[in-house]
Amino acid sequence: MEDHTNEPLYLYPIWIRLWHVLNALLCLTLIVTGLSIQFANPTITVRFNVAVVIHNIAGVLLSINYIIFFIGNLFTKNGAYYVIEVKGYFKRLKTQFHHYTVGVFRKEKAPFPVTPDSKFNPLQQISYVGVMYIIIPLVILSGLGLLYPEITVHSLLGISGLDYTDLLHLFCGFMVTLFLCIHVYFCTFGKTAISNFKSIVNGYH
Amino acid sequence: MIYRANIRPAWVVLVLLLCFALAFTLAKTTDSSPGDKTEKQENIIKIDLTKFKNSENNEHCLKCHGQSKYTYENDETKKMVNKRMYSELIINRNEFYVSNHKGFKCTDCHSEDYAAFPHAGNLRMESKPNCLDCHGGDEKYAKFQFEKIDTNFMASVHSQKHSQDFTCWMCHNPHTYKIKARTNENLKETITYDNLICLNCHSDITKYELLTDKRKPNLLDKHDWLPNQASHFTNVRCIECHTQNKDTLIVAHQIVPKNLAVKKCESCHAKNSILYASLYKYQVQENISRKGWVKGLILSETATIGPDQDNTLNIISIVIFTFTIAAILIHAFLRIRNSK
Repeated sequence: MEDHTNEPLYLYPIWIRLWHVLNALLCLTLIVTGLSIQFANPTITVRFNVAVVIHNIAGVLLSINYIIFFIGNLFTKNGAYYVIEVKGYFKRLKTQFHHYTVGVFRKEKAPFPVTPDSKFNPLQQISYVGVMYIIIPLVILSGLGLLYPEITVHSLLGISGLDYTDLLHLFCGFMVTLFLCIHVYFCTFGKTAISNFKSIVNGYH
Repeated sequence: MIYRANIRPAWVVLVLLLCFALAFTLAKTTDSSPGDKTEKQENIIKIDLTKFKNSENNEHCLKCHGQSKYTYENDETKKMVNKRMYSELIINRNEFYVSNHKGFKCTDCHSEDYAAFPHAGNLRMESKPNCLDCHGGDEKYAKFQFEKIDTNFMASVHSQKHSQDFTCWMCHNPHTYKIKARTNENLKETITYDNLICLNCHSDITKYELLTDKRKPNLLDKHDWLPNQASHFTNVRCIECHTQNKDTLIVAHQIVPKNLAVKKCESCHAKNSILYASLYKYQVQENISRKGWVKGLILSETATIGPDQDNTLNIISIVIFTFTIAAILIHAFLRIRNSK
C-alpha cells in the first residue's frame, strides 16, 4: 500500500463536510431543546412551546440531512469506509483499544493510520456504524412516532405505545449525546490537537 | 486472505427499513378492520330488558317516549292518530338501560300523574329534581362527593353566568349518563365520552344559543395555537385545561373563564403534570391499589410527551454521562502530562 503519511489526503469531499457541519449543528440544537422538553422548567430551560417547535424543525432537517448521507453512502466511495472486515476484526479492535488506553501515553504511533482506503480505525468504524446506522435511524423513526402520535401503536402489554416510543427516543438521544462528547474528544488525536478539526473544514487529512 | 463483507451497512439498513415499513403498513391495515364496531353496536341492541326490574313498568311510558312516533285513539273521532314525538322527549332504551339510573322507574323522578293520557298541561311545570335532591347527604354516595361537586359547580362560569338555567342535567342527562372516570379502564373511551358532554352544547349552535345571545365560537379556530391539535383533542379532556383543578375531586367541576384556562405547555408537560391530579388520577390510584406502586405506575396508560417522570432513569443517565465526561477528562489530563 502506498504510504500517504506525509502528504495530505483529500478524504472529506464537500458534500461530506456540508453534511457533517449541518449534522453537528442540528444535533446540538436537538440536544439542547430535547433537554428543555424532557426537564421542562420555565425558569432554567428553553420555553417548552418554543423548544418543541425548534426540536420538530431541527428533527425534520436532521432526517433530510440523514437521507442525503444515507444515499451518498449507498452510491459513493464514502460508504465503503463503513464496511467492516469481519476476519480479525476483534483483534484489530483490541489493538486500537490498547493504543488508546496504553500506547497513546507511551507516544506510540497509531496502529491503524489513515489511508485512502481506510479512513476510520476499528473503534471509529464500529462506533460510527452503530450511531449512523442504528441509533440515528431509530431516533428518527421514534421522533416521527412522537411527532405524529396517531401512527404509533396504541398500547402493547398494557403500556401505551407512546411510552415505548418516548423511551426509545430518549435512549437514542442520550446515546447520541454520549457519542458527541466522545467523538469531539477523540478528534483531538490528530497530528496536533486541532488538525482533525481543520481536516473536516478543508477536506484534507 | 482477508474476508471482506462486501455489503455496505447502508444497504442492510435500507432492507430493514423497507421490512419495517411493510410490517407497519400491514399492522395498520389489520388495526382498522371494521369488525369490532359492528359487534359493539349489536351488543347494545341486544340488551335484554327482562333483567331490569322496572322495565315492564317503564314500557307504559316508553311505548310512546321510546320511539320517534306514537299512536293513540282520538276519543272524539275514534280514529287512530299517528304523531311524531319531539326529539327531546325520546328516551333511547339502549342508552337508558346501560346508564347509571337504569334501575329506576320513570315515576321515581316524574309525577305519577303522567300515568294518565293525554298528560295534564300543568305537568309541564313540574320541577325536576337535581343531583343533590337524591344524592346529597347520603353515606352510600359519599365517595362521589356530590356536595363538593355542587360547591365547585356553583363557582363555575356555567353556574355564575347562567344562574338557574344551568343545571346538572345540562351535562349529565339523567336518562343516559354513565359514570366513566371511576369505572372505565380505557382512558380513551373516558376522554371521548367526557368531551362529547362539552361538545353537546359547544359544537351545537341551537343548544348553545338556548343559554346565550353570544355568537358560538369555532372551537378549532379558538384552539389553533395548540400543537398537534387533533392529538390533544383525543388524548385529554376539555376539563383538563378549562377547570380549576381540585386535587380532592376525581372530576373537577369548576369551569373557569376562558382567560384562566391552562395555556402553558409546562402545566401538563412537566414533572408535576396537572394530569396526574385529574385525568390520570383515578387510573393511577386504582392500578397502584391493585398492582402495587411499581406496576401500578408503570402499567397506567399515562403518556405525556416530555415530562421527567422516571427518576431512576434520570439518575442512571446522569451517572453514565458524568462517568463518560470524567473518563475523558482523566484521559486528557494523562495525555497532557505525558506529552511534557
